[in-house]
Amino acid sequence: MIDAVGNPQSILLLGGTSEIGLAIVEAFATDRPMRVILAARPSERLDAAKVRVEKLGCAVETIDFDARAVDTHADVVRKAFAAGDVDVAVVAFGLLGDGEKAWTDVDAAVELATVNYTAAVSVGVALAERLREQSHGAIVALSSVAGERPRRSNFVYGSTKAGLDAFYTGLTEALRPHDVGVTVVRPGFVHTRMTEGMKPAPLSTTPEAVAAAAVDAVRNRREQVWVPAPLRGVMSVLRHLPRPVFRRLPV
Amino acid sequence: MRSNHDRDKGGSGGRVTSLAMSSTPTSSASLHGWGRTAPTLAHVTVPRSQADVAAAVRAAGPRGVIARGLGRSYGDPAQNAGGLVLDMTGLARPPAIDADTGVAVVDGGVSLDTLMRAALPLGWWVPVLPGTRQVTIGGAIGADVHGKNHHTKGSFGNHVLSMDLVTADGGVRTLTPDGPEAELFWATVGGMGLTGVIVAATVQLHRTESAYFVVDTDRTRDLDELLALLTDGSDDTYGYSAAWFDTTTTDAKLGRAVLTRGSLATRDQLPVKLRNDPLKFEAPQLLTFPDVFPNGLANPATLRAFSHLWYHKAPRRQRGAIQNITAFYQVLDLFGDWNRVYGSRGFLQYQFLLPFGEEPALRRIAERIAASRHSSGLNVLKRFGAGNQAPLSFPQPGWTVTVDFPVAAGLHRFCDELDELVLGAGGRLYLAKESRTTGATFKRGYPRFEEWRKVRDEADPDGVFVSDMARRLELTGR
Repeated sequence: MIDAVGNPQSILLLGGTSEIGLAIVEAFATDRPMRVILAARPSERLDAAKVRVEKLGCAVETIDFDARAVDTHADVVRKAFAAGDVDVAVVAFGLLGDGEKAWTDVDAAVELATVNYTAAVSVGVALAERLREQSHGAIVALSSVAGERPRRSNFVYGSTKAGLDAFYTGLTEALRPHDVGVTVVRPGFVHTRMTEGMKPAPLSTTPEAVAAAAVDAVRNRREQVWVPAPLRGVMSVLRHLPRPVFRRLPV
Repeated sequence: MRSNHDRDKGGSGGRVTSLAMSSTPTSSASLHGWGRTAPTLAHVTVPRSQADVAAAVRAAGPRGVIARGLGRSYGDPAQNAGGLVLDMTGLARPPAIDADTGVAVVDGGVSLDTLMRAALPLGWWVPVLPGTRQVTIGGAIGADVHGKNHHTKGSFGNHVLSMDLVTADGGVRTLTPDGPEAELFWATVGGMGLTGVIVAATVQLHRTESAYFVVDTDRTRDLDELLALLTDGSDDTYGYSAAWFDTTTTDAKLGRAVLTRGSLATRDQLPVKLRNDPLKFEAPQLLTFPDVFPNGLANPATLRAFSHLWYHKAPRRQRGAIQNITAFYQVLDLFGDWNRVYGSRGFLQYQFLLPFGEEPALRRIAERIAASRHSSGLNVLKRFGAGNQAPLSFPQPGWTVTVDFPVAAGLHRFCDELDELVLGAGGRLYLAKESRTTGATFKRGYPRFEEWRKVRDEADPDGVFVSDMARRLELTGR
């Protein structure tokens, strides 16, 4: 159960090695240890993540999860809920890919679409079923400002995040009557493994800052947050710029 | 509502009666406690008879069932996410009171307010009244509630002669405090509904000549002066005693308080104009608050101002004032839905107990609250008397303190800090108020928890009875 001041007792991280996802787990666990389920493909990184979270006093379970294997997702989610209610489910897996390859190589494009969008929808449907049954809990979905207005440089990634964002925004409304909260988090440029070597965009941020915003949103039942917060206004302006202006911007 | 009484009075215990199956409609409802935090959706049904209760318990699905009364617990003991909740207010026939003996036979869903209004004209008084009369008999037993007279009369469970409990098998058992199933009786007292559904109880009322109190008031400079007054022997000369204290002042004014103590007035003590109708019950509801208050209205500035006014409006020293129950005891019952003042984010009530001898810890906690960003206006300090034999009953000899915090950023960490101070001093938390601690912290304060758990599990091996609180604090198996 999530208590009166927003402390969860259990958390499921889909994308168990995601830096932002793990930062969210750690942000909750620093306040109060929880039961943690890390869902990811078995790897050394996953083992290391388990050790890291256990150090915070959490009981950690790992389950095998491959975002590409969409037909296994219902089963993965069932396993995650087997030991009891899940209070917070974080949908944190995703690929950035190479912006040019993504729109010129069909395999690369389909992979991005599958992992970032189809798989996010697939686990979303499975999570919604479980959370409706237990009639409490929260989902955190990691979207991106890239989904708000497609840019020439990474529009395939942007299109997948736009799809994810729309799905979880709609899911927010669908699950509201069941006392299940959904939070869509829209970070800007985050310094992670995924963006290593890239030139940071203005208002860049860190996994810890994204985690703090996500945790705050769950505690206060906020449904949509930008990280950093001023990006909300910035993106609102960018969304409305005429195309000839937008394409000349160094963003 | 039926007016006829056809139920059994308390027997010798151990009897299991099978009740015919019946079905009542269910609807979905989002439920929360009085603090308006952590709502969850449940299937709700309103049983109208013991048979309805038994049928509902038998038909409970995989997420179990819990009884709910008037929803005055602050946290989540009367909600059951995804499961079944029995709204017991439909099981509330008028109480049957023996005018000679003061023995009342009462349905589980009857409120203490209703019982009081039925008992007073006969010259009987409800022996234990918490800060509101809007609690059901089932809730009063389940939380083993206490009032300002704990130091003289103990808690509610002390006055229950017997109760009828619908258990997980769908049977109804009549339990007594010293009968063959005394263990289950005492596990149900303070057991937060997790042993079964209390469908009826027999309660011993107390004689009274009037519905008024003779009240003495003392205003103290600080917490130390308050504790001195409460330990100089005078407290036991009053039937009822509790203090409001200030958590917004520091240093020389730390914990300055208004102590009000009194006893039920005899007819002779009343002024002449009240003597004609000494049992008149004056408990109007002045207004119901609408749900329009913004978050943050109850903030450090407004709570400081409130505390200042509350302290200074009290007389420095007053003796022998005649007050009715609303003025002396249940001021908040004047206002309907007063919890809305805290806005949509809600609030939590933090009530703890510290054993005698831990006064330095009490002082440290008052200092911590005063120094924090979290303010509380409605603060109560009371000296408890002896506890009863229920393993999960809250009261024990010591000091109990109640503070209300509006939910605000950082409150989760602050309450965890308070937990450490309370538990570190050998104290405990009160389940009727609890909404945010951990199972481990709760259990640390109740060394007899496992004893309770064993009795509970025997009565309900499959975990039919479960609540959000039970899941959160890991009180039951699932």
